[in-house]
Amino acid sequence: MEYQITVNGTARTVIANPDTPLLYVLMNELSLKGPRFGCGLAQCGSCSVLLDGVEVRSCITPVADVQGRALTTLEGLPALYAQQKGLAQAPAMHPLQQAFIDVQAPQCGYCYNGMTIKGSELLAKIPKPTEAEIRTHMDGHLCRCGTYPRVMKAIQLASSRIAGEIR
Amino acid sequence: MSAHQTALGFSRRDLLKGGGALIVGFSMAGVPAGGALAARGDVAGPFDMSAIDTWIAIHADNTATVYLGKGEFGQGNTTGLLQIAAEELDLDMSQVRSVQLDTNVVPNQGATVSSASIERGGPQIRAAAAEARRALLNLASTRLAMQVGSLVVNNGIVSIDGHQAQSVSYGALLGDKPFNVKFTGTAPQKAITRYKVVGTNVPRVDIPEKAAGTYTHMQHLRMPGMLHGRVVRPRGQRAYGVGAKPLAIDESSIKDIPARIVRKGDFVGVVAENEWDAIRASRALKVTWQETSALPGNADLFTRMRAAKTSDVTIVDWGDAEKAFAKAAHVSTATYYCPYQSHAPFGPNCAIGDVGPNGALVISSTQDIYGSRDMLAEVLSLPVNKVRVQYVEGSGTFGRSCYEDCAQAAAVMSQAVGKPVRVQFMRSDEHGWDDYGPAHLADVRAGIDANGKIVAYQYNGWQHGWLINETTHELVLNTPPKERTTGAMSIPVNRMSTGSMYQIADRRVVSHMVPMVGLLKGAPLRSPLDLSFAFASEQTIDELAVAAKMDPLEFRRKNIGDARWLGVLNAAAQAAAWTPKISGSALGNGDVVTGRGIGLGTHHVSYGAAVADIEVNKRTGVIVAKRLFGALDCGQIVNPAAVEAQIMGQMIQATSRTLKEEVLFDKEGVTSLDWMSYPVLRFGEHPEVVTVVVQRLDEPSSGAGEEVMGATTAAIANAFYDATGVRLRQFPLTPDRVKAALATRT
Repeated sequence: MEYQITVNGTARTVIANPDTPLLYVLMNELSLKGPRFGCGLAQCGSCSVLLDGVEVRSCITPVADVQGRALTTLEGLPALYAQQKGLAQAPAMHPLQQAFIDVQAPQCGYCYNGMTIKGSELLAKIPKPTEAEIRTHMDGHLCRCGTYPRVMKAIQLASSRIAGEIR
Repeated sequence: MSAHQTALGFSRRDLLKGGGALIVGFSMAGVPAGGALAARGDVAGPFDMSAIDTWIAIHADNTATVYLGKGEFGQGNTTGLLQIAAEELDLDMSQVRSVQLDTNVVPNQGATVSSASIERGGPQIRAAAAEARRALLNLASTRLAMQVGSLVVNNGIVSIDGHQAQSVSYGALLGDKPFNVKFTGTAPQKAITRYKVVGTNVPRVDIPEKAAGTYTHMQHLRMPGMLHGRVVRPRGQRAYGVGAKPLAIDESSIKDIPARIVRKGDFVGVVAENEWDAIRASRALKVTWQETSALPGNADLFTRMRAAKTSDVTIVDWGDAEKAFAKAAHVSTATYYCPYQSHAPFGPNCAIGDVGPNGALVISSTQDIYGSRDMLAEVLSLPVNKVRVQYVEGSGTFGRSCYEDCAQAAAVMSQAVGKPVRVQFMRSDEHGWDDYGPAHLADVRAGIDANGKIVAYQYNGWQHGWLINETTHELVLNTPPKERTTGAMSIPVNRMSTGSMYQIADRRVVSHMVPMVGLLKGAPLRSPLDLSFAFASEQTIDELAVAAKMDPLEFRRKNIGDARWLGVLNAAAQAAAWTPKISGSALGNGDVVTGRGIGLGTHHVSYGAAVADIEVNKRTGVIVAKRLFGALDCGQIVNPAAVEAQIMGQMIQATSRTLKEEVLFDKEGVTSLDWMSYPVLRFGEHPEVVTVVVQRLDEPSSGAGEEVMGATTAAIANAFYDATGVRLRQFPLTPDRVKAALATRT
C-alpha cells in the first residue's frame, strides 16, 4: 500500500503493509535516527514521536493512522519549537537538548529520543512544571543507565531558559 | 586483493557512498592515508603491542589519533582515556580523537569489563603517549638543534624554552608518517603536579551527538543489500543444558510472508528484505519444540541450589572463626536469598553480519571485539584471521547481555543466505535469552565481643558461575554445556564484598559453586553478585551494631582499620548529615514510616559507601527510596564529573535491582519477557542522588562503574530495618515480601 504522510513538515510517500508499525517506516524507509526500537510493546518510550504535538509510540501506531496528521520526530523538534514560539528561524537544537548537554545527562543515550520528545511535549504544555508534574509526565519513559535525576535537572533548566529567567 | 578491497570483496568506496547517513563504512576517520599506516584496516589484528604506531598516530594537521582498545558504553571512558593521552602528549582535547573499535585497526587492550578502562587501560595509554612524546621531542631536538631538556611543548608545538619563535609542531615533525619506535615503557611520565587535563571535568565527547540525536547506535546501522533477520526460539530460555530443539517446523505457516527460514543445527531464524516481514514471520512460524520441565521454578530455586553437588572453594580462612564464635558476646546468624537479574538493555541488542566465502565482517556492541572474533570463527568454521569484528555502541549493556548471541545469529544467517543480515533481538529475545546475573544464597554468621568489636565472621555463599557458549553457538554446533565452576571466571564469592572492610582476625568465606546445568544461563551483571553479598553481609553488620547498642555509623568506624574505607564512610555520612541513632530504635506510627540506613561495598577495588533515606508504606508494602548519598574512592580520578555520573547511575540502577528486579521462571522456562513481567525503577520512582567523589591523585586509578552498587543495596535494606524494626532477608524488596515480613511481627 502507498501512504502519504507528513513528516517534519515534508510530505512523503511511503510503501508499506497496512499493519506495518510507523516505527519501521521511519527507520527503514525514511532513514531517521530519532525514533528507535526498544520493546515494540509501547512499554518503554524509545520510539516516541509527536503526532499533532502529542507523544505517541510509533512501534504500535499503524502507518495508516498518521495520514493527514502532523508527525514530528526528534529531527523536526527544533523547527516545531520555532513554530510554537513564533521564532523566525529554528534553533540548532531544542532547548531541552542543549540542557541535556549542559548537565551531561545521557550515558548510552539510547532512551534520549523518548526523553526529549516527551520532555518537549511537557514544556510545550506546562512551561513551568513542578517536580511532581515532571515525574508524572515522564513516568512512561524508562532509562536503564539511571540518568533520571539529570533528565529532571535538564527539564528544569530548559524550562527556566525558555522562560527567559536564565541564559 | 587491492589495498582498497576488503576481505569481502567490496570496496570501501562502495560502502561509503551507500546513500543514507546510516550506511556502514569502515571507519576511516583518523586512519591516515599514505605511508606504512595505510595498511591499517586491511590486516587482521592483534597488532604489535610493542610498537608505538599501534597506539598513536600524529597527523599533518597537528592532531593525534589514539587507538583505544576499550569501548565507549556511555560510561565516558573514551573521554577519560583521551584526557590521559592529551595530558602526556601536551595536546589540547580538541587535538585528540579515537576511532571505532575494529579487530583490523585497534590493539587488543582486552575486553571492556570490570570497570577497568581507566584502571588497566589508562596506564597503557599513558605510557604509550609518554613514549610518543619522547620520540617527538627527539625529532624536535634534531630539527631545532637543541637538547631535549631545553624544549617545551604546548598544544603540540615544540619550542625552545624561552624562545617561543623557535618552534616546530608535532604535525610538521611526523605528519602521518610512522614513528617506527619501540614501546619500551621507560619514557618519563608527567609529574602529577603538572597535570592540566587529568583531574578536570572535561565534557564527554559523545554527549553532544547523543543529545542532538545524530549519534549512530548499533541499532541505526544499515548495510547495502542487507536482509533483516530474527531468531526463532521458544519464548523464554529453558534450563541450561536443555537447549531448544525444534522437532518440526511448519514452513507453510509463513507461506504468505516474503521471508525465508534459516536452519543450522538446532538454530532457527528467518530473514526477509523488509524488517516487518521478518518480525511477522518470526512470530507466525510454527515450530514444535521439544518439551522440557527441568527448571526448579522460582519457588524451588534455593532448595535446589542448597541441595546441589557443589565445588567448594575457601576464599578466606583467617584465624579460627569457630573458636572465636565460642567466645563472642553476641552472634548474629541469618540466611539471605538473592534473585536472578537481567541485564535487560533498554534497547535490545542488534548486529550485522556479512559473511562471504572469503571472510566475515561482523558489527555488534560486544565488550570484547577480539574475544567475539574467536567465538564467531568457531560458529562460522572460518579461520580467526578471516573474521573482522567492529564495535558500535548500542544501548547500555551492564555486562554480558545478548550481544554475542545476536552477533553470532547475524553471522550464521548471513553465511546461510550469502547476503549481509541485520539481526535485531526483540524485547522477549533479550529478556528471555539473557545470560542472567546468577541467583545467590548466603548463610552469614558474625559475632562481637562485649565492647562491640567484631571477633568472628563466616560467609557461606551458593551460586553458579558463567563462561558459557552463547546460545547460537550451542544451537548451531550442538556443543555440550560449558561452564566454569572454579577459578577467576566463575564468579566465586567476592572476598572484597564480604567483610573485608572490617578488621576481623577470625574470618572465613566459602564459595559453594552450584552447577549451572538445570538452572538459568549466567554471566557477569554490573557489579557481579556484589549487591547480593552486600545485602547479606552488611545487614549482618547492622544487626551486630544493634546488638552492641551502637549507632551503625559509629559501629562501622570502630571496626574499620583502613583509612580509605573510613574516608568514604565518613564522606557519605557527612553528605547525609548523619545523626547518631541506634537503628530501629525510634519506630514511627501510621501507615507511612521513614528510615535511614548506611552500607559499605565494592567490586574488586575502590571503596564505596552509601546512605539511604526511604519511606515504607506498611499498608501497601511499597518502599520508596527518597534520597541517596553515595561516596566513592577510586584513587586518581581522571574526570570527576564522569565518575559522579557513574555513581548516580549505579545508585539508581542498584535501587531498581534492590526494590524491583527479579527474573521469574516456571519449570519450563523464563516468564520475564518484557518491562511488565520484569519491572525496573520508573522515572516517577527515582530517588534524589547526592554524589561525592574522593579524589586521590597520588593513588592508582581503580574502577568507578560498579563499586557503589552493593553499598546502595545494603543502605536501603538497613534503612528498612530502621523504619520498621524488621529485617528483610530476600530481595527484591517487593510489596508482597514487605507485607509478609511485617505480618510476622504483628
